[in-house]
Amino acid sequence: MKVAVLGGGWTAEREVSLRSAHRVLTAVSELGHDAWLIDPGEVPLAEALLERRPELVWLALHGKDGEDGTVQRLLDVLDLLYTGTAGFDCECAFDKVLAKDVLARAGVTTPPWIAIEAAGLRDLGAGAILGAAVERIGLPCVVKPSRSGSALGVGFVERESDIARAVMAALSFSGAAIIERKITGTEVAVGMIGDPLEPLPLVEIDPKSGVYDYASRYTAGATHYFAPARVSDEIAAEARRAASDAAAALRLRDLTRVDMIVDRDGVPWVLEVNVGPGMTETSLVPLAAQAAGMSLVGLCDNIIRSATARSGLAP
Amino acid sequence: MAEFSIDRFVDLYAHRTSGMSASEVRALFAVASRPEVVSLAGGMPYVQALPRDEVARVFAEALEAPEAAALQYGGGQGQRGLRDRLAGLMADEGVEADPEDIVVTTGAQQALDLIGKIFIDPGDLIAVEAPAYVGALTAFGAYEPRYVTIDLDDDGMVVEQLEQALVRGDRPKFVYTVPNFGNPAGVTMSHDRRRRLVELCREASIPIVEDNPYGLLRFEGDRLPTLRTLDPDNVIYLGTVSKTFAPGVRVGWALAEQSVVQRLVLAKEAADLCGSNLTMLLTERWFADEERWRSNLATLVDTYRSRRDAMLTAIDESFPDGAMWTNPAGGFYVWVTLPSWVDTRALLAAAVEHRVAYVPGTAFYPDDRGSNQMRLAFCYPTEERIREGIGRLGSLLHDEEQLYRSLNPR
Repeated sequence: MKVAVLGGGWTAEREVSLRSAHRVLTAVSELGHDAWLIDPGEVPLAEALLERRPELVWLALHGKDGEDGTVQRLLDVLDLLYTGTAGFDCECAFDKVLAKDVLARAGVTTPPWIAIEAAGLRDLGAGAILGAAVERIGLPCVVKPSRSGSALGVGFVERESDIARAVMAALSFSGAAIIERKITGTEVAVGMIGDPLEPLPLVEIDPKSGVYDYASRYTAGATHYFAPARVSDEIAAEARRAASDAAAALRLRDLTRVDMIVDRDGVPWVLEVNVGPGMTETSLVPLAAQAAGMSLVGLCDNIIRSATARSGLAP
Repeated sequence: MAEFSIDRFVDLYAHRTSGMSASEVRALFAVASRPEVVSLAGGMPYVQALPRDEVARVFAEALEAPEAAALQYGGGQGQRGLRDRLAGLMADEGVEADPEDIVVTTGAQQALDLIGKIFIDPGDLIAVEAPAYVGALTAFGAYEPRYVTIDLDDDGMVVEQLEQALVRGDRPKFVYTVPNFGNPAGVTMSHDRRRRLVELCREASIPIVEDNPYGLLRFEGDRLPTLRTLDPDNVIYLGTVSKTFAPGVRVGWALAEQSVVQRLVLAKEAADLCGSNLTMLLTERWFADEERWRSNLATLVDTYRSRRDAMLTAIDESFPDGAMWTNPAGGFYVWVTLPSWVDTRALLAAAVEHRVAYVPGTAFYPDDRGSNQMRLAFCYPTEERIREGIGRLGSLLHDEEQLYRSLNPR
């Protein structure tokens, strides 16, 4: 099968995306497919796609454009089959302001939050709401850009006096941000593959610095991972159920990762979902697959089968 | 259950690597390289000004050197012919140099590393100006020093602070400074401060590492004596052809007294045996034609001066009240200090989104300062692009100010 792997692009996650794409490219080629890389940061995407018309497009783009539905909609117009979630659903899942709402409405346990928009703050002078927001959410809290990946722009706030700075930092990355209650506990990621999505073994994340930030994610050795996670079977089952509920609510497919924190009472709180999870050597989904006895090649094969099943195309 | 550490050698790495990690800022720079982004970040010399056919001719000439010398190993100290030329270059700045006291290095950057290697034991104190050249901090940082930081003002290093540190009993192994149009601050150390610094360090027997990559890129005013000129015995002087010729040849040097030179040569040989004969010969031949290199340098100075003017005018027109910036008389950089509530690291994401990039100030301090500062390089983009970039940055800063006022009413 002719498979175009899309990686790179022009976001802060460009380098990470290229690393993912190269690993996927190798694995997909090993499966016997005619695979090639397209970097939309280097060549005009539509032209490159039309030139060789792939039968499947593997999306290894991270961050905006790749995960927010932009590329998916372009591929829909070109009538090309692609891995992962559909355009509109990507848009919802990638935007934390929207995704949190969808999750909460579906009854998924997610930390209490408040959404704020830069435009509202600037134009309506709504800055005074910050005090009320902190009161409602409580401290410590986490401030996250609404639309960004890899923990970029995320700030932890212990004291009320630090909230404005954290909000401004988050709003540098995105036009909106959320202020979310900080849940203390064990950080766990649930990789999921297939359509409908099935959870892989849980991966527990134990960053040496205590914070799973950009440096902890992409510096080899900066974080310890345990797969399966060191939680009881009941809690693991509970976490998988929460992940499945989240994925169903957001209508995700083929490949995703649901990030959560299991609190001291064993309750899994869903923090966010990733429609384009990393496939690098430090990424969690390949690690989860490994724990399930699945190689990267096997993982890629499953994802290709999942995507092609929608078109009736055999891989 | 399996425990995964992604890096199976993680427990084996040396302690000195613990500060080396992936960073958000580096990730953003990857985006900043897209063509529509005006990058005021990198200090890339304007090498397009070089007559490339001429360089090609000199290169071919270098390849014709007897016994295919250009393709062979050389001595650790670097070719004698090149060292003669480098001594000539230094004479232009009033530095008297015996070619025997010169070690050619792979850019002045390698000289910084070698100086770290021969002087710094873990925990040793060194004195650096603050803000300081980030490449020096990373080079020295690998040898795990502690820092005494000496602030800069418009007259360069505030030498009184070093004096106070010495009175306190601090005994740094050396003092590092870029006295001419420094990176990142763009300021130049005054004549009085130079004299005082040299005096102070001589009395205390603390060597000075004078890094002078930009000295020949003076746009106006009179040349000031180098620290090395003021005290040849106590100053290790670093130079480079990266700014007067091309960074691609990776030719820099250290000028020091013989005892230091010998250690530097041994350290250099341990690191890479010798520099590249090919590019050393190319450099030597390039500087053989005085008319040629001087006219190229004059073009560069004119270009950089116009670009600096464009940048300063644009900043003045578009940056919000409360911003302060330096007024460099040469070199590559303008250093901007913004109100304390601005976080230039976070703001870089928004800047890149607005198609302009800079280097956040935190990179230039060994401590946690600089969060409201930024370095802007005027050396590479055209004047028009500089105006565009500064305009974008200015409007972003105005938005940011509005946001701040909204979040902090009263």
